[in-house]
Amino acid sequence: MNEPTKTNGPLVNVDGVEKVFRRGSEDIHVLRDLHLKVPAGEFLALMGPSGSGKSTLLNLIGGLDRPTRGSVSIGGERLDGLSDRLLAGWRARHIGFVFQLYNLMPTLNAERNVELPLLLTHLTKAERRKHVAAALEMVGLSHRAKHFPRTMSGGEQQRVGIARGIVTDPTLLLCDEPTGDLDRKAGDGILDLLQALNREHGKTIIMVTHDPHASARALRTVHLDKGQLSAEAVA
Amino acid sequence: MKFFPLIWCNLKRKKLRTFLTLLSILVAFVLFGLLSAIKEAMTGGISMAGADRLVVQHKVSLILLLPESYKARMEQLPGVDLAVFQTWFGGIYQDPKNFFMQNPVVPDQFLNMHPEFLLPAEQVKAWKETRTGAIVGRKTANKFHWKIGDKVPIKSPIWGRKDGAAAWEFDIVGIFDGKDKVTDTTSLYFRYDYFDEAHRGDRGQVGWYTVRVKDPKTSADVAKLIDKEFENSLAEVKAEPEAAMAQSWANQLGDIALITTSILGAVFFTILLVTGNTMSQEVRERTVELGVLKAIVFTNTQVVVLVLAESCVLAVLGGGLGLGLSWLITSGGDPTGGMLPMFYIPTRDLLIGLGLSVALGLATGFFPALQAMRLQVAVALRRM
Repeated sequence: MNEPTKTNGPLVNVDGVEKVFRRGSEDIHVLRDLHLKVPAGEFLALMGPSGSGKSTLLNLIGGLDRPTRGSVSIGGERLDGLSDRLLAGWRARHIGFVFQLYNLMPTLNAERNVELPLLLTHLTKAERRKHVAAALEMVGLSHRAKHFPRTMSGGEQQRVGIARGIVTDPTLLLCDEPTGDLDRKAGDGILDLLQALNREHGKTIIMVTHDPHASARALRTVHLDKGQLSAEAVA
Repeated sequence: MKFFPLIWCNLKRKKLRTFLTLLSILVAFVLFGLLSAIKEAMTGGISMAGADRLVVQHKVSLILLLPESYKARMEQLPGVDLAVFQTWFGGIYQDPKNFFMQNPVVPDQFLNMHPEFLLPAEQVKAWKETRTGAIVGRKTANKFHWKIGDKVPIKSPIWGRKDGAAAWEFDIVGIFDGKDKVTDTTSLYFRYDYFDEAHRGDRGQVGWYTVRVKDPKTSADVAKLIDKEFENSLAEVKAEPEAAMAQSWANQLGDIALITTSILGAVFFTILLVTGNTMSQEVRERTVELGVLKAIVFTNTQVVVLVLAESCVLAVLGGGLGLGLSWLITSGGDPTGGMLPMFYIPTRDLLIGLGLSVALGLATGFFPALQAMRLQVAVALRRM
């Protein structure tokens, strides 16, 4: 749906990023002088212990938060130059999010949940339905389109979450512990799906995980520790 | 419209809570509707009063009578177009609970003075030809299932008959309608000549006059002229515009507007707190969801619109249902059996009610919307 972002350099370029949170009078340095490049078509796993700054980095790449210092560019476009309003529009067009706890709207059925990111596009209802059907087909849940999240298993809910993430055909799919709340079998199903999206549909995926089994499915793994990438993992 | 399913589903999330909030708004607007109807019933005479009409009554009290001869004297005063009289008959039909006004009048003059009463020409003719003839308003005719040709016995505790008969018998020769909704069609009018000859009291006495002035702008001056004309007579008069008289009647019951506004103010303030609290709670409970919505699709402004739309849908739904219910209740007419002949909710008040429901929605949604707008996505998602 979206024009692929044209750039000669990496799709994602994190350049000298620092992120500092203030808690009371104390400054907490979550990310320190972090550099990361992710080419288009990559399936990257971000690993690290709790509190290492994985989710913070993912939020910065997804435009959900802003770095204290440094810059994040996606497809050559610097995010720090965008206003909140423009950033929201940019996110809707270019980023697909997949969350650990699925975060589906409990009052909407699978179809309506997947349709959400399309609501602010200029697509007609019929076109939106077509895109939703294609996304649900891709995650193998066409038969559950009318079902509500509470009637689905965790694996199915995560598939709906992935369908919601890819329905706008985003430039980049960001997954925050997508298998973290699933059993091994359901988790494998999700990882198979992400691999397929990367291999067969060319989706660029960045996945935060602390599960080595999950990171083994990625093309490349980088490790974060105390806000910095460990030397051997930097591409 | 494409967001409506999302808004609707959010309202259905906690069905009991939404239902109770809806019920509290509904009750407030039922009360609003009923108070509007009561206010209209008590002050309706003011709005239906003719701008070119004066009411002339005895200076001491309305219950004291005036000479019929005043009519000619008033009509000779500059600025006066027509003077007609009526008298309070105070009759009872079958049961004192069946209250409606009955007054003796002179048909031609009365109909000339009150063009708001619509009576077919053949019924006017029949009234003029029938000494015991009476015309009755549509509401009362329907209430008692009267039709033209019926004989109606009415007892008056004020006006006894010379012949000693207990009741006055009237022939229904006409049924009049009102020109518009505010016209009172509960009264009965019968011929003054029949009344004047048959009652036991002094002849040539009437209750009050309605005077039409040639130019409404001169009403106040004409009223002064009339007062002056009868100064130092046995029956001094007080003339005032019809609307002022209706207002003074209403004022005898207290400041209706102040009372109704005070009650409504208290009710609305309470509802505002209840609904505002519910909406705030909704937003607090949905912090993560709102964060996700902001992450995947909505801007801050769109989240504000979404939250405001939810509170407005709730308020307008409750308000609309409440107004509809109060309209249904009042469409049954006067619940007092005749004391409030114009018991209905004016269209103006229904529109004000709808406007208030929107305002209620905006007011109760404002702070929760602000709360949602200020929500930082990254912070909201950390609460997962």
